[in-house]
Amino acid sequence: MTQPQEEQTKKTMGVDPFERNWMIFSIGLIVVFFGLILIAGFALGIQVPGPDSRVDPQTFADASPWGEPVREVSPGEYEVYVVARTFFYEPREIVVPVDSRVTIFVSSPDVQHGFKISDTNVNMQIVPGQVSKLSYTFDRVGEFPYICTEYCGIGHAAMSGVVKVVEEGGEG
Amino acid sequence: MTISAEKIGYQITKEDKRFIGWHMLVAITALSVGSLFGPLQALEFAGLDLYQYLTPVLESYYQGLTIHGVLNALVWTTFFIVGFTYLAVVKGLERPMTYPKLNRVGFWTMVVGLVTTGVPMLIGEATVLFTFYPPLKASWAFYLGLTLVVVGSWIEGWGFMLTLRAWRKDNPGVRSPFIAFAGVVNTVMWQIATIGVAVEILTMLLPWSLGLIDATDPQLARTYFWFTGHPLVYFWLLPAYISWYGMLPKQVGGKLFSDSLARLAFWLFLLLSIPVGFHHQFLDPGIPIGWKWIHAGLTYGVFFPSMLTAFTVIASLEYAAKQRGGKGLVGWIKALPWNDPSVVTQLLAGILFMFGGIGGLVNASYNINTVIHNTAWVPGHFHLTVASAATLSFMGMSYWLVPYIRGRKLYSPKLALIQAWTWFVGMIIFSNAMHVLGLLGAPRRTPLGSAPYVPDEWAGHLLRVSIGGTILLISVIMYVWIMFKSATGPKADPADVPEIPVAESVRDPQLTPEWLDNFKPWLIATLVLILVAYGPQLIAQISDIQLNAPGVG
Repeated sequence: MTQPQEEQTKKTMGVDPFERNWMIFSIGLIVVFFGLILIAGFALGIQVPGPDSRVDPQTFADASPWGEPVREVSPGEYEVYVVARTFFYEPREIVVPVDSRVTIFVSSPDVQHGFKISDTNVNMQIVPGQVSKLSYTFDRVGEFPYICTEYCGIGHAAMSGVVKVVEEGGEG
Repeated sequence: MTISAEKIGYQITKEDKRFIGWHMLVAITALSVGSLFGPLQALEFAGLDLYQYLTPVLESYYQGLTIHGVLNALVWTTFFIVGFTYLAVVKGLERPMTYPKLNRVGFWTMVVGLVTTGVPMLIGEATVLFTFYPPLKASWAFYLGLTLVVVGSWIEGWGFMLTLRAWRKDNPGVRSPFIAFAGVVNTVMWQIATIGVAVEILTMLLPWSLGLIDATDPQLARTYFWFTGHPLVYFWLLPAYISWYGMLPKQVGGKLFSDSLARLAFWLFLLLSIPVGFHHQFLDPGIPIGWKWIHAGLTYGVFFPSMLTAFTVIASLEYAAKQRGGKGLVGWIKALPWNDPSVVTQLLAGILFMFGGIGGLVNASYNINTVIHNTAWVPGHFHLTVASAATLSFMGMSYWLVPYIRGRKLYSPKLALIQAWTWFVGMIIFSNAMHVLGLLGAPRRTPLGSAPYVPDEWAGHLLRVSIGGTILLISVIMYVWIMFKSATGPKADPADVPEIPVAESVRDPQLTPEWLDNFKPWLIATLVLILVAYGPQLIAQISDIQLNAPGVG
């Protein structure tokens, strides 16, 4: 760490060679990380929810298919419209055969909620007036609780439901 | 080595010392009250629900959590930061404020705001947590009080900015002293950043809580909130950085390694702190994916000045340690003054912040965020940032600041050392357990001791949260005791009173290029970047506003 010459420092802002290498390393790290999340997003398809549609929080939950059980829209493809409300989900249970692709729509008639399915990449902020949507393929048999992850009032800690992934043909 | 020379330097007036002291009194009082509620949460995790015995005073876990968040994260920080910035400006510029009345008006506005916010919170009329997402509704007084705190901090900020302007007029061509410069950069960033939450409250939450409008647009409110919410993090951190860059080197007997890069880091924080808010909203339904990617990229950009800081601060420490006879690639660390509590708190805060920074990268990483969003990971993370990098550093800074303004000695440096280390140990236990719980899927803001879905495998981690939280409470009690005794003990011989540590730069700051000391280009760039990164989405969301969520409260 020698005191740099004045002329040299004018050119380099007094940046020490170690420091310059560190800056290059830092920028390299940022580029690599950004590449990795791009790969995760586009090659592996791990995406976050984007705008789907808007609803009137005060009326939408009365209309079909909101709050109804999961339904098969084409072979192996399922849809479920979940109402997240203080302090429970409708439906409270989502039963699908293993390896099915499920598209989950969630909205709230009252306050903000969360919707996170344990041990999966499904995690959404639920905002009144907006429909949150994600698709996920359940490739393991088992029970996967979905939990409210946003404070919504006094009963927040009790707010949960469960995805039951069952053997093919073993539904119900 | 330069203690006698330092004494000749500019001395802050008695009035200013007293005025800074008022900030510290409010800040530390808020921390004392707010911290009592933290362990209530932590102990609940292990099944020890003390809230049931507090029902006459406290309604719920959530009310305690609201008080903890508002008092610790918003009040303690803001009052400390404004008071410290006041000190950095007058000491750095070696002159009193140009309009001292402005700062007095600002401070008392903040105090009125604090009381207005505090009352509804304490009587259970504002159990909405420190993010107050609508349509959870609080009393109008809660929103009005928060507005006054912010407006008061603006007014104090104008005092800082005008004083720097007057100094520059009197000192053309001279580089502004680093601590004053950096304090004003943080002030300017805060003024721009808080426009988001000001608009949220004034156009939506306040009229709604007063019954002037029936309902809110919760998605737009979130967008406004996070315009402020992320730079808020830097508003907390930058005063600690001012100390790490501009004061700590002096305390360890060295110099600031690079004045240019220190300034560059502060400019980059001004530039990049604000246009990154969507990374808190990656999982929001109402924001297009393209904009989330743009904010993800810009958030990665803030990583760069953080890495610069890590390098410059560690290099400054190494420089000092080697002056003190330290040797070796890492052996020099031993030569740092590990018996000085003000130094040790800040070194430990820096170590904790490295983990906080790494975790922050995870949060910023778009799709990886789905793993941790709204889980216990997030409070685990920000207890390493606001509650360690900022709070533990502020504690360390107050170990010279409070004795200095009170003309006394630090009460029991030994106890202060113990305080620093207990915070460090308690926080490692607490935050590690919280991070692990988050990865296992535990939601944040939830009394996990009574949640029905909690599996047995979480029990050990929940217990660790309780243990860590209890150690942190013990540490904060020690801190408040030391502060109380240091502020009220017998007056000390002036030679024993700590001085304000102001570090010199290794190189003459006058060699720092002019563009690194000029607000105009950086301000323009900041505003342009905000317009580019936020403008289109703000226009889209505002023009499509649907006030249809009346909410509950």
